Amino acid sequence: MFLALRDLRVARGRFALIGAVVGMIAVLGVILSGLASGLADSGISALRALPVTHLAFDRSASGELFSRSTVTTDTARRWAGEPGVRKAEPLGQQLVHARLGGAGGKQLDLAVLGVRPDGFLAPPPLSGKPLSGDPNGVLVSEEIVKEGVRIGDHLTAGQAGTRLTVVGTIGRASFGHIGVVYAPLPLWQRLHYGLPGALPDAAAHQATAVALQLAPGTDTGAIDHRLGTRTVDKAGTYAASPGYTAESSTMTLIRGFLYAISALVVGSFFTVWTIQRRHEIALLKAIGAATGYILRDALTQAAVVLLAATAAGTAVGLVLGGALNGSAPFSLQADQVTLAAVLLIVLGLAGAAVAIRRITKVQALSALGGDR
Amino acid sequence: MNHPAPTKTPVLRLTGVTLHLGRDQQQVTALDEVDLTVAPGEFVAVTGPSGSGKSSLLAVGGGLQSPTRGAVHVAGVDLTTLKEHQRTAHRRRHIGYVFQHANLFTSLTAREQLLLTAHVAGRLDATTRRRADDLLEAVGMTARAGHRPDRLSGGERQRVGIARALVLAPEVLLVDEPTSALDRARARDIVGLLAEQTRLHRTATVMVTHDHEILDAADRVLTLRDGRLS
Repeated sequence: MFLALRDLRVARGRFALIGAVVGMIAVLGVILSGLASGLADSGISALRALPVTHLAFDRSASGELFSRSTVTTDTARRWAGEPGVRKAEPLGQQLVHARLGGAGGKQLDLAVLGVRPDGFLAPPPLSGKPLSGDPNGVLVSEEIVKEGVRIGDHLTAGQAGTRLTVVGTIGRASFGHIGVVYAPLPLWQRLHYGLPGALPDAAAHQATAVALQLAPGTDTGAIDHRLGTRTVDKAGTYAASPGYTAESSTMTLIRGFLYAISALVVGSFFTVWTIQRRHEIALLKAIGAATGYILRDALTQAAVVLLAATAAGTAVGLVLGGALNGSAPFSLQADQVTLAAVLLIVLGLAGAAVAIRRITKVQALSALGGDR
Repeated sequence: MNHPAPTKTPVLRLTGVTLHLGRDQQQVTALDEVDLTVAPGEFVAVTGPSGSGKSSLLAVGGGLQSPTRGAVHVAGVDLTTLKEHQRTAHRRRHIGYVFQHANLFTSLTAREQLLLTAHVAGRLDATTRRRADDLLEAVGMTARAGHRPDRLSGGERQRVGIARALVLAPEVLLVDEPTSALDRARARDIVGLLAEQTRLHRTATVMVTHDHEILDAADRVLTLRDGRLS
């Protein structure tokens, strides 16, 4: 590091330039990371929060499982009797339009999750009352509260104008970027079928999926075969959330390109830098420096630039991200931010290493004579 | 042709060294059956016209280049039997180079040029730091020790180059056209300094130059012509 640090000090203009580029990439990395996490939260936070290990859908459903699957409460009951099944309950999911109050009230989109009020899926309210007692009572998420909905408000939902009463609130929960409402299963069934009055008997026994808590190693294949279902583990259900896979793939692609670009930019800079230093590298070899010594020195230089620039860029990104929070689906998670920073440093170092490899080809002999 | 230093044990000995450069019809003979021995404290000047093989002699003598034939002994070890990394290590321990135009590192101060050489050898300790300061004083550069090359004159840079070559107390000092960018007075000054340091530190010094007016400081003057030493 003897020469590397002194080069950094003397050629600070050049290194500041590449540092600024790396820093800006780090800022972008943090922002993209926050957006990716925010979008994921907005798409699947309700699914993440469900106290389940698996969901069993109708075997014939594919793709958008939540909108295409229909199971019966009897299927849930039969699942509950299977070996390895700790808990099994029907779960309904339906996206509906609603108005706050009645006609002329504020329009809202709701992702309604139908659960048994006394079952393990019903979330405890943060404020207000739990799901029980009032058959039209619902719990609304923080996202719905931000729309101006309060405990005691009435919502008119679906084609049939079903009346919902807000009895309590829960924390953040959304599905497909829409705020979640927890409703008793019978209320969900009325919303799902959009029928006024009493439900037909068949509709009164239906749900979207069976929510499961399974013991490790449970043979879901055999049970699916017997019960006509298709079991998906919890993480696997995220892909069934509207738009989740496309959004995740897009963000991953953008981030991938960003890191590839950073590796290329850093590699290009150190290629030019190494070419400019050819004579000094030859001189180092002539005075007895081993190639390993010179490589370590050059890589240390790249590491110092990358570390400093990434740290500064990440700090700026966190500040900017904090300002974005609330105005966009944005969520900063320490592990994601750390991963973004580490990837930038590692790929930048890889780019630098490829460039610095040229050092091995420099001949000490060129330090002699007027060959420069 | 042999050019021994008869009364002392040589630390640099070239025996039957031949160096061909290029291939096939493009091949030229840079060194042709060169024999040379240099003893500790001896200052040998090698002169000759451009293209006569002077730089090749230094490259082979310092292990920067392997000869096509012959043996190159430095401090008792034949460099031609060593692998490249072994030659590098041997050069680090036993050979100092003074380059044309000094060839200093642009980002280092005069003092740091010396310390880098010690760092490269893993010998950057208090003793070496003291020796670096002593050498800078010996070459008259103490007051300029904190300056980088762009703030030094040509003569000052070459003084630092000489001090740098001596910082690890090498047995062999190889000097490449040290006065090519200097005026007459500074050239004499630098060669005088080289001769003085050679005797003081008991190095076996070989200086190649095409400048005939600085040869009187040398103990022996040899001439290279078409790769042959005479």
